Amino acid sequence: MNLIQIEIPQPTHPKESIMKKIGLAMFALGMLVFLSGATGAFENIKLFYCLGSLGLAALGGVLFILPSRNDGLPGIKNNGVMFRAISNRGALAWMTSVFLTGFYILLYWYPEYLKGLITSTDVISFGMTGKAATQWFLYGTIYTLAILVMGMKMIIKYRHSRYQIVRTISVMFFQLVFAYLIPHILEAFQQPEYYFTYFWPLKTSVLFPNDLQWLKSQPGALPQFMVFWGVIMSIIGVPILTYFFGKRWYCSYVCGCGGLAETLGDPYRQNSDKSLKSWKVERWMVHSVLVFITVTTGLLWANSIYGGELLGSASMYFSRWYGFLIGAAFSGVIGVGFYPIMGARVWCRFGCPQAAILGIFQKYFSRFRITTNGSQCISCGNCSTYCEMGIDVRAYAQRGENIVRASCVGCGVCSSVCPRGVLNLENGPVRGRVST
Amino acid sequence: MNHIVIIGNGIAGITAARHIRKLSNHRITVISGETPYFFSRPALMYAFMGHLKFEHTKPYEDWFWAKNRIELVQDYALTIDTVLKHVYLQSGNVVQYDILILATGSLPNKLGWIGQDLGGVQGLYSKQDLDLMTVNTRDISRGVVVGGGLIGIEVAEMLHSRKIPVTMLVRETSYWNSVLPLEESLLINRHIRHQGIDLHLETELTEILPDVHNRVRAVRTNKGDEFTCEFVSLTAGVHPNIEITHKSGIATERGILVNEYLETSTPNVYAIGDCAEIVSEDSTPKSRVEQLWYTGEMQGETVARSICGERTKYERGILFNSAKFFDIEYQTYGSVPARHADEKSLYWEHPDRRRSIRIVYTSEQVIGFNLLGIRYRHEICKQWIAEHRSIEYVLEHLDQANFDPEFFERFEQEMIVLFEKQTGKKIHLRKQRSFFGFKKFLGNVRASV
Repeated sequence: MNLIQIEIPQPTHPKESIMKKIGLAMFALGMLVFLSGATGAFENIKLFYCLGSLGLAALGGVLFILPSRNDGLPGIKNNGVMFRAISNRGALAWMTSVFLTGFYILLYWYPEYLKGLITSTDVISFGMTGKAATQWFLYGTIYTLAILVMGMKMIIKYRHSRYQIVRTISVMFFQLVFAYLIPHILEAFQQPEYYFTYFWPLKTSVLFPNDLQWLKSQPGALPQFMVFWGVIMSIIGVPILTYFFGKRWYCSYVCGCGGLAETLGDPYRQNSDKSLKSWKVERWMVHSVLVFITVTTGLLWANSIYGGELLGSASMYFSRWYGFLIGAAFSGVIGVGFYPIMGARVWCRFGCPQAAILGIFQKYFSRFRITTNGSQCISCGNCSTYCEMGIDVRAYAQRGENIVRASCVGCGVCSSVCPRGVLNLENGPVRGRVST
Repeated sequence: MNHIVIIGNGIAGITAARHIRKLSNHRITVISGETPYFFSRPALMYAFMGHLKFEHTKPYEDWFWAKNRIELVQDYALTIDTVLKHVYLQSGNVVQYDILILATGSLPNKLGWIGQDLGGVQGLYSKQDLDLMTVNTRDISRGVVVGGGLIGIEVAEMLHSRKIPVTMLVRETSYWNSVLPLEESLLINRHIRHQGIDLHLETELTEILPDVHNRVRAVRTNKGDEFTCEFVSLTAGVHPNIEITHKSGIATERGILVNEYLETSTPNVYAIGDCAEIVSEDSTPKSRVEQLWYTGEMQGETVARSICGERTKYERGILFNSAKFFDIEYQTYGSVPARHADEKSLYWEHPDRRRSIRIVYTSEQVIGFNLLGIRYRHEICKQWIAEHRSIEYVLEHLDQANFDPEFFERFEQEMIVLFEKQTGKKIHLRKQRSFFGFKKFLGNVRASV
């Protein structure tokens, strides 16, 4: 293949292109001010500095994104995706990847190097929680802003598809309210910091004995409800919802990792590996993580029932190592750091135990499937290429078969990019689900 | 065990090879000069537009062929000796066959225009055409597309995606109106213009003008206009590629003549896909060339069955097709004539004038569907036509046909209102059962607010 890579001139409307430039300038300026504040230079005007710089950057992002609603008529416009360095593993993509990976390494293991930045967000943290900011507060703030701003981009890009709009608004809502505002507001009211949208095994503490016992021992009715909510959702709620809607109700509508992947990560979805080999690796890896976490949970409970005599301190090491390898190294460093190189769902596909468990339900006990429309497939490959989970959708579509795969997160992009209207995400009777 | 040689690795030839492998242990060799591996021809446009890389257009990973014992030879087959059962290749190699399948595809039409062989003037069919087009369209100020069919609008979209201004010359009074009924055709005209394409209807190319380097510098039309351009795409249809049959004794006319079993005039030689001209005594016209992806696929499957022991007649069944005109998807099921004779037609267009539904029916039954910007279920439409369902039945159950994604607007009620207005009859739409009656619940909430 010698498709010559050409630079495509992009003559947009002059007024819009000015707006875009102003947006970019504001973003750059906002980031610069925010970073320079890490030295403590704006000690006297902290509130103004912090909200001003982050606000300026976010507003710049919005100004940059908004004019794109007039770039051509609504519809799938993946023009040039394979020619651009940022989306085609070019120099820009590698730079971005190194930057993100580096940021996560600092965040998880060397937060002292981010101290200046963390203190910069103190003023918001005090306002919300009454405490000084930690590295997680800084992270949560940036994370939520990224989902909100890039979510707007997603909505504009798919403005012809109500499915994509609803789904994107949903992840923006759940991130902002349930993964950012509520946990911090709870803190402000001296309640445990609790995330109502994370369940076992993604958030292991929901079922780990020590954490449960601690939560139960907290005063008031709310912690008791949290114990109840986590246990009921993990054991009963998740399977029932997955039976009716497939894995997507969580991965593409609620989950924060999914939220970031579907917004910030959307431009990279085509970089996931579609080979049969990668599917084999995926199954081994993601299910190994699930087995590991299940065994760990079981041992911890056995240990707690026998009063800690069974394992001694070994169980603590066990969960600590899990936290290091899976929680930090995998979900953060590789999961987000490798967005531009391996697509945005590396963690969801290869590492997430929640995805693994939802996938098992989806595959064997669910009404969800992607229906293939008769014989209309032309094998073009848009569906497979833009599948962030690396599913070779075309392999099924061209045989007229429905797609029932454990890994499918139901983002619906295969259906959106299909030029012949062949694919549709549906819930329907379990009988006959696989064979059309 | 026979040696089956297939010339051409497009959808027809490859489908034949795959199904022969499924059904038998024959030795299979596929010869193609175009590319080493099978790719999706309709996807070439997406490689040009940068939606895909060329490698993404390959439906099977490269290891697939060896694993399934399908031998691939990248070479051009030049001539056939049907007595010795030899195929002579460009490299000088000779391939011996027991059974030969010709799946050589099409070539773009060049209708004898002055200047049609100048530099920068080309058709679009093969991978080589695509590579040439990539070179031919670099840094140009305008491209001209000649022809108002499916490839024409695709080339217009390709150029448009690279921000190259496009002039489109269409001979007919409206886009593709030999196939599309007037309303759909007008809808697409509007959409083409809305994209910013300079569309000229009832306009024919008379001459392509050269510059000093023997490349195109402009085109002239029958209306006396001259359009400066550095690229001309000739998309006035395709014709069967039958060069290989020259002096072979295999009968040809427009295409390679085959009966309904896809057998040529020579024993043990079959022809399938675009290159075949199917003669059937009891139909009008007596012969037809089918140049669709789907028909190539079906013919490949049919020929495989015949070769593996069960001589099978090629039956196309209820017609269907699909395409995409820029941002508007098109699906058609059954028979939707461009001009009505006796049948009636229920045509509804969305106020946004980008979506439409047409149901064609007779006094007895529904015979066809045309959809623009809305998706319908192939199986359901096919079933209704095959079961001779009446228009009333179809409208009552129209809910089942919709294939649009969740949360999309639905238009079954609009179709019913339109029908009731036209005929005075009353139709009650039967809604599909939905999960916990959730939609009904939402409807009630909406009604009570």
